[in-house]
Amino acid sequence: MVAARPGRALGLGVGLAVLVAVPAVAPEFYVYILSLILVTGLLATSLNLVLGYGGIYQFHHAVFYGIGAYTLALAITKMGWPAWVGFAAGPVVAAAAGGLIGAICVRLTRLYFGMLQLSLGSLLWTIVLRWRSVTGGDDGIHGILVPAALRHVEGAYYVILAVVGVSLVVLFIIVRSPFGATLQAVRDNPQRCQAVGIDVRAHQLVAIVIAAFFAGAAGALYVVLERSVFPNMLFWVLSLEIFVMCLLGGWFTFLGPLVGAGIIVALRTVASRYTENWTMILGTILILLIFFMPEGVMGHLEQWVRRRAREDAHV
Amino acid sequence: MSEMLRVEGVSKTFDGFSAVREADLTVAHGSIVAVIGPNGAGKTTLLNLITGFLRPDHGRIVFEGEEISRLAPHEICRRRIGRTFQLANIFPRLSVFANVQVSVLAHQRRSWDLLSAAAGLGVHETTTVLESTGLAARARYMAGVLSHGDQRILEIAIALAREPRLLVLDEPTAGMSPEDTAATTALIRRLARERGLAIILCEHDMDVVFAVAESVMVLHQGRTLVQGSPDVVRQHRDVQAAYLGTTDA
Repeated sequence: MVAARPGRALGLGVGLAVLVAVPAVAPEFYVYILSLILVTGLLATSLNLVLGYGGIYQFHHAVFYGIGAYTLALAITKMGWPAWVGFAAGPVVAAAAGGLIGAICVRLTRLYFGMLQLSLGSLLWTIVLRWRSVTGGDDGIHGILVPAALRHVEGAYYVILAVVGVSLVVLFIIVRSPFGATLQAVRDNPQRCQAVGIDVRAHQLVAIVIAAFFAGAAGALYVVLERSVFPNMLFWVLSLEIFVMCLLGGWFTFLGPLVGAGIIVALRTVASRYTENWTMILGTILILLIFFMPEGVMGHLEQWVRRRAREDAHV
Repeated sequence: MSEMLRVEGVSKTFDGFSAVREADLTVAHGSIVAVIGPNGAGKTTLLNLITGFLRPDHGRIVFEGEEISRLAPHEICRRRIGRTFQLANIFPRLSVFANVQVSVLAHQRRSWDLLSAAAGLGVHETTTVLESTGLAARARYMAGVLSHGDQRILEIAIALAREPRLLVLDEPTAGMSPEDTAATTALIRRLARERGLAIILCEHDMDVVFAVAESVMVLHQGRTLVQGSPDVVRQHRDVQAAYLGTTDA
């Protein structure tokens, strides 16, 4: 284990160096796609904090992504706030919404929690869709004036890389903390947790607020990249998509959702060039995954590494 | 011995069915009390009422001078009442070590710590509990792969990690082999002696009951039939008729 740590640090260092060097060597289109993968990856990782680690059926997580994005968009276009204030407000407002929705839903268990959360999220989507004078209705808001340095893909990419990087480190620390360990225990057996003095609902609520905060940050980053927002960012279909990203990458692993986001964004980009029905390819991949790799890509990889380590130890 | 827990006239009804009716129970500091009764007598319901998993319709439960009848299970646990369940109730996907460590971290009020690495915390306390319950050698195993007997012992270890003053055990030897039953009985006695624990034990195995209990409470159709020393209970005419079987036959 001790020997593995320098290797892991080296791998992270090399990976980071490659990511920093991408804009210098790759065409702008690929930098854009990579930015999108990072933003979506942060969104999926934030969902996985509550889904994979907390066992909370947060069916409509995208609503916090949309809230973060709309907060930044409205802060700039309607309130005239400086972009950095709007950027800070996005995650904070999303976290507050997470606290409010979570406080209502956390009294219910599993599937009932998910259904109520889906309903409340859909209510917010409807408000955004119908409140045309503020949100632009189904047209959304476009041409949001972000600072000049971020108007080029390269500038946006570096900001996204930095924010996503810091966010992932913070989420990793949380997952490995006593709070993270407690959250996993709550996922496995809430009754046992109550019997050892853990306030299950309070822990679930805090996890939802943290996850909503980072989903809001991802939403604000999306505005930095696209300079537009639209109601579909709060639509349940996007929630389903990030749910699939977690399953595809491995929802019991930290990097799984990021990998899942990478696969889906890349697949959508490549396959949609050839067919409008790219979701059929995604569906086929999912069916194969359920049969042959139910623990997801990273989960499968982790099991393989563990098996190899055990075999090496026995030799 | 001074009184630690008092259950006074507690009742619980489910959809018109009275599971517990005006039940009374007293537990002294450091004593082992067995709750016995036929299936459906209300034993598990009574334990759930004491540990906050159910709220009584009537009556009150007082622990060390404080009424706890309306408290949530986690609040009751924080008053140092630990428990096990009728079926092994552990964290099956966590290691044996992590099962106990979660409880240690909760006891140390660190479950809200977002920044420290959990791996290095509460190691000494966790190891001590695992050693005292004989599970240290299996610390790295996934809890779900342990034998039934070891899972029941792990449950006791999880409860012990919170350093309870009162331990509530719901059928701790159910489904165990004779060897495991003897080992668990010995463990319960040792824990009570070494830690000065008071224990409430709900158990069907009368050999276990009369081997460890200093006081026996008999529940029949939700009511307290009698509470007294094992000898008093053995001789009690109503108990013999209702549960142990008459000696006249």
